[in-house]
Amino acid sequence: MPQITYRKAINDALAEEIIRDENVVIIGEEVARYNGAYKVTEGLWERFGDKRVVDAPISEAGFIGMGVGASMLGIRPVMELMFWSFAYVAWDQIINNAGQVRYMSGGLINCPIVIRGPANGGTNVGATHSHTPENFIANTPGLKVVCPATAYDAKGLMKAAIRDNDPVCVMENTLLYGETWEVPDEEYVIPLGVADIKREGTDISFIAHGRAVITALKAAEILAAEHGIQAEVLDLRSIRPLDEEAILKTVAKTHRVVLVDENKPFCGVSSQIAAMIQEQAFDDLDAPVQRVCSLDAPAIYSPALEKIQLPTPDRVVYKALQIL
Amino acid sequence: MISVTEEEVAIDPADYAQAKINKSLSSKDKIGLLREMLRIRRFEQVSLKFYNQGVMGGFLHLYIGQEAVAVGTISLMGDNDHIITAYRDHGHALAVGMSMNECMAELLGKATGCSRGKGGSMHYFAPDKNYWGGHGIVGGQTPLGLGLAYALKYKGLKGCCFCYMGDGAVNQGAYHESLNLAALWKLPVVYVIENNKYSMGTTIDRSSAMRNCLAERADGYGIVWDIANGEDLYEVRAKAHNALERAHKHSLPTVLEIDTYRYYGHSVADANAKKYRSPEEIERYKAHHDPLRLWEKRLVDEGVMTVEEIEKLDESIKDEANAAAQFALDSEFPAPETIFEDVYWEVDNNTESGSTGRHFFGD
Ligand SMILES: Cc1ncc(C[n+]2csc(CCOP(=O)(O)OP(=O)(O)O)c2C)c(N)n1
Ligand SMILES: [Mg+2]
Repeated sequence: MPQITYRKAINDALAEEIIRDENVVIIGEEVARYNGAYKVTEGLWERFGDKRVVDAPISEAGFIGMGVGASMLGIRPVMELMFWSFAYVAWDQIINNAGQVRYMSGGLINCPIVIRGPANGGTNVGATHSHTPENFIANTPGLKVVCPATAYDAKGLMKAAIRDNDPVCVMENTLLYGETWEVPDEEYVIPLGVADIKREGTDISFIAHGRAVITALKAAEILAAEHGIQAEVLDLRSIRPLDEEAILKTVAKTHRVVLVDENKPFCGVSSQIAAMIQEQAFDDLDAPVQRVCSLDAPAIYSPALEKIQLPTPDRVVYKALQIL
Repeated sequence: MISVTEEEVAIDPADYAQAKINKSLSSKDKIGLLREMLRIRRFEQVSLKFYNQGVMGGFLHLYIGQEAVAVGTISLMGDNDHIITAYRDHGHALAVGMSMNECMAELLGKATGCSRGKGGSMHYFAPDKNYWGGHGIVGGQTPLGLGLAYALKYKGLKGCCFCYMGDGAVNQGAYHESLNLAALWKLPVVYVIENNKYSMGTTIDRSSAMRNCLAERADGYGIVWDIANGEDLYEVRAKAHNALERAHKHSLPTVLEIDTYRYYGHSVADANAKKYRSPEEIERYKAHHDPLRLWEKRLVDEGVMTVEEIEKLDESIKDEANAAAQFALDSEFPAPETIFEDVYWEVDNNTESGSTGRHFFGD
């Protein structure tokens, strides 16, 4: 199977959907002529031209809102946010308009927009540029949110997001764009709401999404090598819809859970997972559910401290050993 | 609109030098203006070296080429005048008198940095020098600048706020809302559009609908606007002074568009830096429109300084920049427990409010 980067996988998904559906249009800052700030849309403007790949001014509220409006009339806009951190400028359009229009119209209107871009810390750019708003989006019924951890998932989820008739937020990660994974040439789509076991194990479950999956996998390797413990790593992939069944299954299998989450702990995605596990699988647990989140402060700039603010494999191992 | 095309725009050295605000400059003042511009350039050249060596990371947006804008406008500031800017903020920081040490250390994320290693290149602050940042979100500072002006007026102080922004930032909704409020409530704010022709790789004509220039949009709000040539320190000062007076005397806003140019990429990490403009264009600006070289030439022509004196000044500033680099390298990174400091005033100050209920959450 060919090895391709996370970036290329998304690029392929976009290209394939542009070809498949004449209503798919890519809009964002620098996405056309200069391939996007992180080169995710590289070559698309050259291949598909001005109508399908559009450079926008720095007017996120305007163009995201425009995308919401256009989607109501059947366009399938795929809007790039250079960083999800800039979504706050367009928050009203995302939360109030994309998120509520179907409900408030009594189901008369749907909004098949995709909003995508990187949402991660760890790149030494400070608090304004390091947000991970998947928990905010997931807190808004009407919106969907996915956080792919691998190139394979990024491609399959992106295609599902574009074909979905509801607004889907795709949160990528600049630290993963250059990483490679096996991705088949044949077309595939990964349905939203289906988690994936990234590593089989019997002793403890790590549940994560986005780059935290990679952190969890590294922690699992350390546990195996140094402690002979087999951790299972469940990648949620999609936050809302959420694959509760897969979560319950791994909990029933290992009876111990560490949630790994780059969100801040207060009302992070892991808060919801923890609540849900104790409600639905209390009797399966042999120990309290543990969490490893980002340290609870705005993202610090200093590279020395930024490294320890995000979840690290060591912190995951430490938490795991506490309950084993 | 002032822009440089094939024909070079010739500066008439007489024009703005005669403005009252410029005629009152002593030789010492004029040398001071040169010193500030040189400090910006030498500081940033050292920071660029750090970036290329991997000593610092993240984003580094260089101001080189635009120095006369910050230095010219900030040189007019009195005690009750304030400034706020975007992420291309080193020039303004040094021009208000921040030390190279604290600025360089901040780039490296050291505890001795102006923001204690918490903000980085894009987020410098020095409220004690009426400098309110350093803002990473495009346009995010524009309502804040309005707010500084509002506070001045509320307190009955005769002051103004210079709020700097790029030519790309003018398309953020927050800016337009701010213009309306500024006019409606007669607030003493001066929006300084630093028009360096590009927002990342996007030229103005691909990002902004306008009749003649960006500042002219202010007409729609009944706000007085002007344009200035940013390569000429005298012109920047003369036109910014008019705006300042309008704010001080009549509590009215101004939009001042200053034509300028950045020599480096959008940030040092700008992969497209060589694609959206030609090397010839950059060279043309450096050769004919460099605000620093033009100011040096003027000082020599006016007999204020000799070439040798300028070189000596420059050497001393290079020393300052190198010493700052060493200071930054020698400084410690912040201690891990400082991650939780500076989040809440009440907690930092150990007040009752700061001790009631839980403020921070573990995992
Ligand atoms: C809301 C928001 N959108 C996008 C960005 C990314 N971004 C940072 S600077 C920039 C270009 C701004 O250009 P301009 O306003 O002309 O300022 P200049 O960089 O030329 O000083 C962009 C798109 C951002 N920081 N904030
Ligand atoms: Mg610009």
